[in-house]
Amino acid sequence: MATRLFSKRNMPRINQKSQQTDLPVLKPFTYNPHGQIGDLQFSRWLADLPPQAFLLFGFLALMWPVIAAAQSNFTTTQAFEALWRWLPFIMSQGFLMNVVVSFLTMLIGTIAGVLLGLGQISPNFWLNKSCWFITQLFRNSPWLVLLFIVMLAFPYEIKIGDTYIAIPDWLKAVFGLSLPIMANISEIVRGGVQSVPTGQWEAAESLAYTRHQTLWLIILPQCFKRMIPPWMNWYAILTMATPLISLLGVEEIITLSRQAMEAEDNYPELLMPFFGFSLFIFFVYCYPIARFTIKLEKRFQVNG
Amino acid sequence: MNAFQQYFYDLAQESPKWNFIFFYDSKQADRVIEGLWMTIELSVICVIFSVIIGILGAWLQDAPSKTVRMVVQGYIQFFRNTPPLVQLLFFYFALGQFTPTYSPDGWLEIPIISNVGWAILSLSFFAGAFNVEIFRAGIESVPESTREAAEALGMNRAQIFLYVVFPLAFRVSLPSLNNNLVNLVKTTTQALAIAVPELLYQMISIYNDYSTAQNACMVVLFFSYIILVGILVMGMNHWERKIRVPGYGN
Amino acid sequence: MTNNNWTADQPLISINDVYKSFGDLEVLKGISLDVKQGEVVCIIGPSGSGKSTLIRCINALNTINSGSIIVEGMEVNSPDLDKLELRKKVGMVFQQYNLFPHKTALENIMMAPLKVLKEPLEKVEERARKLIKRVNLEGKENAYPGELSGGQQQRVAIARSLAMNPDVILFDEVTAALDPETVNEVLLAIKDLAHDGITCILVTHEMGFAREVADHIYFTDRGIIVEHGPPATFFTEAKDPRTKEFLSQIL
Repeated sequence: MATRLFSKRNMPRINQKSQQTDLPVLKPFTYNPHGQIGDLQFSRWLADLPPQAFLLFGFLALMWPVIAAAQSNFTTTQAFEALWRWLPFIMSQGFLMNVVVSFLTMLIGTIAGVLLGLGQISPNFWLNKSCWFITQLFRNSPWLVLLFIVMLAFPYEIKIGDTYIAIPDWLKAVFGLSLPIMANISEIVRGGVQSVPTGQWEAAESLAYTRHQTLWLIILPQCFKRMIPPWMNWYAILTMATPLISLLGVEEIITLSRQAMEAEDNYPELLMPFFGFSLFIFFVYCYPIARFTIKLEKRFQVNG
Repeated sequence: MNAFQQYFYDLAQESPKWNFIFFYDSKQADRVIEGLWMTIELSVICVIFSVIIGILGAWLQDAPSKTVRMVVQGYIQFFRNTPPLVQLLFFYFALGQFTPTYSPDGWLEIPIISNVGWAILSLSFFAGAFNVEIFRAGIESVPESTREAAEALGMNRAQIFLYVVFPLAFRVSLPSLNNNLVNLVKTTTQALAIAVPELLYQMISIYNDYSTAQNACMVVLFFSYIILVGILVMGMNHWERKIRVPGYGN
Repeated sequence: MTNNNWTADQPLISINDVYKSFGDLEVLKGISLDVKQGEVVCIIGPSGSGKSTLIRCINALNTINSGSIIVEGMEVNSPDLDKLELRKKVGMVFQQYNLFPHKTALENIMMAPLKVLKEPLEKVEERARKLIKRVNLEGKENAYPGELSGGQQQRVAIARSLAMNPDVILFDEVTAALDPETVNEVLLAIKDLAHDGITCILVTHEMGFAREVADHIYFTDRGIIVEHGPPATFFTEAKDPRTKEFLSQIL
């Protein structure tokens, strides 16, 4: 006798495995196929947001220096002029570094993470357990601590043949950040593969597919689409974690902002525009990614 | 010195790279304990505040006034799409310069919100933004038909929320909430940037003073956080299992 | 507004010329019917004919656009309707059972009398246990809905609505989501209620049940009552062609 409580159409998120992937940032989107009015309202709010969010933020960023200006000789205009002067430098050498680091980290982290994730579902007991352990280890460690450890422990140059190649700071940071990313991608892969119904494995087995073939030809193509939104989500989280490398001396947007403010004699009126700008540029970069991620998740939810 | 301390002292003499100085030097040990305590304090206070902010935000998202809803959405999108480190810096440096100060002795100006205060504010709002979404999803996951059944039995809105919606929404939200809280504990390390003396900061100070202690510091640091987070995760899993209802959400 | 002049010889529920639209879609186009106390009324018809909407309007889960629904003298369509009073008199059992998954079967039954009627615990518990026995679920008091079968859950739902001592119970296609074997156990429970004199209004597809238990059957199609009558004559002497077509499809 069936003991299901509600049929799937009444509790769409509760019965689905994808509830099990633990992503602190990604909102578990509940899509009711009956089209409740409540869900549409939320999307409408989200769609209404862009002009308001920028306006609100811009208004706040402008307001404070006005108050500060009332207290000193350094005017708002001068603060923003300073920002304007330094903008090309901060963007091209600062933010660009953040973006480059994020791309490379994502690349390395994804490759390592996929391998680790596949290791987690391996039937080999030791491979399975050690991959699980590594994943849990790096998932639960603070990223900053990992960064410190990797950057301090990394050799500052490596010897290939007869030549010494100096490893730049930012590359060490890439390796440092790729560790937690690897662990989280591993979890996504594991969750994705486990969400494919066992019937698929059984069907493949009865058709004499080897385990390797089953995995690469049948299972992974199916869950690949579903893994993309969480993967994009981690890219956004990673991008927002890149300022951490400034604490270890790598030159990126925060370091350069601070240096710029130093060069401008450290007037407190500069703090708002410069740090505000950093927040703004990250927002402009990550918000569209977040919106697109939610859109993708909605789409894959309905079809998958 | 007892046996434990003697062992590490000898180890430091023999292998100069492994100076576990805080195990045998009480002053350094004090620093580590202080740092650990600060981390725990930060984590606990931020967890509590962020949950309150989350519940408040989830409730306000239903408000009839469009401005209120816009403000809540703006708040969520801002804190979710900007780096927590930069939020910390912005709060402390840019906003901090406007905090009123008081002077206990006529010379020293002490701002009423210290760097620890700003760290708590910034981190709580950061985690709170995610919590609003988590609680929202939990509340929305309670089927309309269950609410109707409660209404058909004569319950008013407050009773429906308290006895039917909230217990169910909470069970749905708990896994995501746990994740977010673990993330919050890990993010407290970033308070280092505004000189909050938490564990990472203390360890860095120690190895800045004693360069031989670098490896030891990193190792102990790594495992301390594993243990801290591990305890939190175990506690949360235990709680999840305790309130689990058979046949619901599996 | 409560008309305290209502007496038992007047119809328990009086529906007059009710119109209901969802946006542009008009679902009820002038429905009128009366239900006397102790009657068992079955409403049948094709999907989309407005049957479920109609009974949901009776206990104010949906509001009507025009017309009136008077339950024991209370006008449901009035802005000062006391919803609590209405819901004490009118109980409802849903197609999807809608039990509270975080409470056991017994707690589900006890919840409303405790929290809404504020009755004392011992009295409520005693009554709940009697109701569980009445729907043949002895032994399942401490089971959670997730551990019960569909038929068992539906019977708990019936017991839950009975716990409020309503004068009339609305059944919205309560057997539609059940396996054929379990449909019977639920229908038996409803038959039991009918024999005890509780007024029942059922929206159902179970023609056999309607024929056996109903006092009056209404056939709705596209928002109006096409034909109605006692089962003795309704099934055999249907006059309207639409009724005949519908009956020929299911009998």
